[in-house]
Amino acid sequence: MKEFWLGKLGWHALPHEWFTILGSISFVMLGLTVIAGLTYTKRWKWLWNEWLTSVDPKRIGIMYFIVGGFMLLRGGLDAIMIWLQQSLSSGASHGYLTAEHFQQVFTAHGNIMVFFVAMGLIFGLINYIVPLQIGARDLASPFMNTLGFWLYVAGVVMVNMFFLFGGEYAATGWLAVAPLSGKAFSPGVGVDYWIWSLQISGVGTTLGAINFIMTILKMRAKGMTLLKMPLFTWGSLCSMIMAVSVFPLLTMTLFLVFFDRYFGTHFFTTDAGGNAMMYTNLIWMWGHPEVYILMLPSFGVFSEIVSTFSRKPIAYYKSNVLAMIGVSSIALLVWLHHFFTMGASAEVNSAFGVATMIIAIPTTVLVFSWIATMYKGRIRFTTPMLWFLGFIAIFALGGISGVLLAIPPVDFQLHNSLFLVAHFHSTVIGGVLFGIFAGLNYWFPKIAGFRLNERIGRYAVWAWIVGFFVAFTPLYILGLMGATRRLDHYDSSKGWQPFYIMALVGGLIIAAGVALQIVQIIASIIQRKRLRDPTGDPWDGRTLEWATASPPPSYNFAVIPEVKTRDAYFEMKHLHAPKHAFEDIHMPKNTASGIYISIFAFLAGFGFVWEINWLAVVSIIGIIVCLIARTFNEDSEYTIPAEVVRKMEKARTDKADTHRKDSRDDEDDMGLIEFAKTVITWALGIALGIVRGKK
Amino acid sequence: MAKHKKIREGRAIWVAFLALIGLGLLVAVLLRGNDVILFNPKGLVATQQRRLMVTSTLIMLGFAVPVLITLYFFAWKFRETNPKATHNPSASRGKLLMLAFWAMPTAIMLILASLMIPATFKLEPQDTIKAEKDLLTIQVVALRWKWLFIYPGQDIATVNYVQIPVDTPVQFQLTADETPMSSFWIPHLGGQLYAMTEHNNRLNLLADTPGDYEGSAAEINGAGFAGMRFTTRVSAQDDFDTWVAKTKQSPAELSTPEYKKLLGPSENHPATFYKDPDPSLYSTILSKYAGSHGGSHDHQTQGAGEH
Amino acid sequence: MTHHTNAEAISVHEEAANDRVMFGFWVYLMTDLLMFAILFAVYAVLHGNTMGGPTGRDLFNPKLALSETLILLTSSFTAGMGMIAARRGIKRQVLVWFGITFLLGLAFLGIELFEFAEFIHEGHTMTVNAFLSSFFVLVGTHGLHITSGLLWLAVTLIFVIKRGLNSHLVRKLALLSLFWHFLDIVWIFIFTVVYLGAFV
Repeated sequence: MKEFWLGKLGWHALPHEWFTILGSISFVMLGLTVIAGLTYTKRWKWLWNEWLTSVDPKRIGIMYFIVGGFMLLRGGLDAIMIWLQQSLSSGASHGYLTAEHFQQVFTAHGNIMVFFVAMGLIFGLINYIVPLQIGARDLASPFMNTLGFWLYVAGVVMVNMFFLFGGEYAATGWLAVAPLSGKAFSPGVGVDYWIWSLQISGVGTTLGAINFIMTILKMRAKGMTLLKMPLFTWGSLCSMIMAVSVFPLLTMTLFLVFFDRYFGTHFFTTDAGGNAMMYTNLIWMWGHPEVYILMLPSFGVFSEIVSTFSRKPIAYYKSNVLAMIGVSSIALLVWLHHFFTMGASAEVNSAFGVATMIIAIPTTVLVFSWIATMYKGRIRFTTPMLWFLGFIAIFALGGISGVLLAIPPVDFQLHNSLFLVAHFHSTVIGGVLFGIFAGLNYWFPKIAGFRLNERIGRYAVWAWIVGFFVAFTPLYILGLMGATRRLDHYDSSKGWQPFYIMALVGGLIIAAGVALQIVQIIASIIQRKRLRDPTGDPWDGRTLEWATASPPPSYNFAVIPEVKTRDAYFEMKHLHAPKHAFEDIHMPKNTASGIYISIFAFLAGFGFVWEINWLAVVSIIGIIVCLIARTFNEDSEYTIPAEVVRKMEKARTDKADTHRKDSRDDEDDMGLIEFAKTVITWALGIALGIVRGKK
Repeated sequence: MAKHKKIREGRAIWVAFLALIGLGLLVAVLLRGNDVILFNPKGLVATQQRRLMVTSTLIMLGFAVPVLITLYFFAWKFRETNPKATHNPSASRGKLLMLAFWAMPTAIMLILASLMIPATFKLEPQDTIKAEKDLLTIQVVALRWKWLFIYPGQDIATVNYVQIPVDTPVQFQLTADETPMSSFWIPHLGGQLYAMTEHNNRLNLLADTPGDYEGSAAEINGAGFAGMRFTTRVSAQDDFDTWVAKTKQSPAELSTPEYKKLLGPSENHPATFYKDPDPSLYSTILSKYAGSHGGSHDHQTQGAGEH
Repeated sequence: MTHHTNAEAISVHEEAANDRVMFGFWVYLMTDLLMFAILFAVYAVLHGNTMGGPTGRDLFNPKLALSETLILLTSSFTAGMGMIAARRGIKRQVLVWFGITFLLGLAFLGIELFEFAEFIHEGHTMTVNAFLSSFFVLVGTHGLHITSGLLWLAVTLIFVIKRGLNSHLVRKLALLSLFWHFLDIVWIFIFTVVYLGAFV
């Protein structure tokens, strides 16, 4: 009876180890703090109406930033745990984690960083910026947008759920290779949590990708042909076309793993005809394009930043576009380089090795186009530009190590070593993450209405760059010393420990960089009046997003501009575009369907993890009912009449300063000492206030 | 304001230079007395792999370093606080330069590919190495979490210890039993190859320097993965023969019940020695998983596909 | 930008929205096709792994498969006729043609379930070996898609009866027809690769 209602859930599933207790308490405290704050400020209705049920891509974008940023801290904590364990666990000492636990930590670290940090932050950027860049008011399907976001959140909750129920995550590495991930070798619920957190958020990604493609191809402003689009939009388009091509592969492969574990089929088992090598192929056919999906938008971000801060149009725009398309296409053809060592023939290995090398060609062309853009430009070293300069050094290192790994005989010695780990962190941190940071710094004034503190921003960039080299140079060397990845313990005679310790120090410097970024945001909020962007164009930008207010009104543009050239806004600024009459604006209504469907999706996944069949069935029915209710709802829009638009625009322009303040003047940005003083004064003020109140 | 900027920019460049040098010094200090295995090969295959790695790296650096220097030089030269720099928003429009952009990396990749393709064929691990001495065959079974070595020609078996004579081509036949995919790796001698159930991969190596070298498992296969290490002893032919004779006197025999015990999970398994392994043990293990594709997977030498 | 009256502007706006939705649905169909492609690839790799048990040749009934094929092809035809009626705005014909499509789809499902039930009854379940796993998941996934399509069709027809044939529902029927034809094409591949392929 109990088994019917609770499946495999029982008292044993509740937290009883130090880390599950710690993790559960942390999450519960966090949740209670948020609930308390909302209740005290009476903001529940506001939260629901203005944010949670919003279909505005600007709101959804900010929500992606918040969730993604929070997961960055969670994944970073995993990284520190890894560094700590490996620094301690030499010779007689076995560190502070068991082998099983350590294996779960790095698995979670990889999944969280790829799926929930990188994808989340990138989706945030694309959501907010792309419609503004192409002169659109919204995405093609506002409902799919909110649904995609909440499915992502359901995935985030699922990947953290094991703290509360089950106490274990997958211990298989971030892609859970078969047959290790089968029921025979991983009997617990860890791999099941892995399956469903990835599956649910993966569906959200696919929906988002379809949405972005529809938007970019069908909703550009009049006159903006494909070859007049900004390069961030191009990078996003290439990325999303790849996403739509390969996420279905992940979806189906995850289903097959699920069937093996839940129903006892034999797709990847070692007995009854299963084929584990097939899993390796399938998962990497998704896995390799995935990392380029993450990279392409960053390429686009950097192209825009180099152009704006060199005060020049991007050089060789068409080559740049061709290069991004080239990278995207070839990326679909190289997956076997992840398992040269599995035993394929020299013909197969060398074919994939050559294909992998070819990707370096368009990537180099991109670098050349950036160099040519800087040539005879007038370069300003703002924080986004600094992120770019750091990216070049680190990404080049990643690229060179990558081409080295593409040579099969060399890969036989470097596969699964720390050299490999250093390589992909070089490209992912230097490329993907720096691109995201650069983009967030660059577009922050547009999103928030005031720019970020430049001074502390500089400190953060330096901390990340220095921290990166201190953390990952030893890993390259350890790989050359024959150190395998994912080891929870090693012999002291190997002489590896000093390098692991150096990596830990680098990790702590990176952590300082993250702290500085948080301080940067807080300091900017404190100084926001002074840092205000009154014109909507703080950097003397070139593309359409700078033609709107900071932050833009809900409808983005009162009148959709007509585009005549590349770098549309730059030309418009100097040509004084003619005034247009206002029209009615159709806007989509908010909806809670995305939230409801995602809740059911989460419950279905949870039911599958714990074999609570009735819950899974009921939740699936719930999804279907909500989908029908939403898609047959014909009343999903509202109209802002032209007269109201005119009034809103007049109110906005009346408030804006006509005086263009040079936001490059960052000498008055507060530094760390002033920040510390401010915080201490504020904290003392609260403490005194409490003391006086008590009297 | 501009002056502050200039000082700051100048300072930043110095700091970057010094930090880079500092990093290099620190690494050099830490490396003292350490064996950077991939640069210190003790076998034919590993030597050729090192050569390929170094050559490719130098070719790439020869191209990448000038490009990076150019980029950072332009960033410095065309900074806005530099009154001497010319500003031309229409610069860089020539078609010839664009062709050069595509041609240069293509040329580098062609050079690298011309090295890589023959090397991949030459260093195909499944091909036996031609040498004066006869081929020594060792059958390897990946178990949880230890390596079983069966010497069919010598009638002995070991766990987590393998001894081979110097300058002798050795073929390790790799499979696994009740264990997820594992990777067999002796970095001093050459690259790794996967040991998987129902597959028979062959890794060919030749050691040229006597000594003790560590081998490991390079693919995560469960909780005891880190302890799945073994010793490889390369000795002169006489020492090898002596060792074989001594092992044949081992009290322990690799019988079927003994093998069943080995199938059970154990971590950090000590080196163990057996005599008289069942001669059909390896093929029995392979055929345990067969019947799927109509026979187990034997990866032949030349032109082998995955199946 | 020319100035539209508000009435004209609404229909231009709706037309643009329809165009976008159709395009987006095509993109979704391509992702669905990719998922089936994976299942076909998996079947190709695993269909020989019977572990000595019966193969497709031993189990499949080609006559049954042929009847399924003919039923589905006919249902595509009737869906097409229904779509013509929908574009002309003739509600009664829409209900008749799509109603027949629904019944044919139901018949298809019935035959497929009968086939599955027979196999299971004889002990050839999907947990026996890799061949059966890949067969059941490939054909079963198609069957699940057909079921979803039938559910979608039923709900749409109910709304057509209740609300009448408005442009929103005509668009729904257009998407549904696309989906239905897509499933028909996938079935042709299944019929060829799985059923006919077993006898080659």
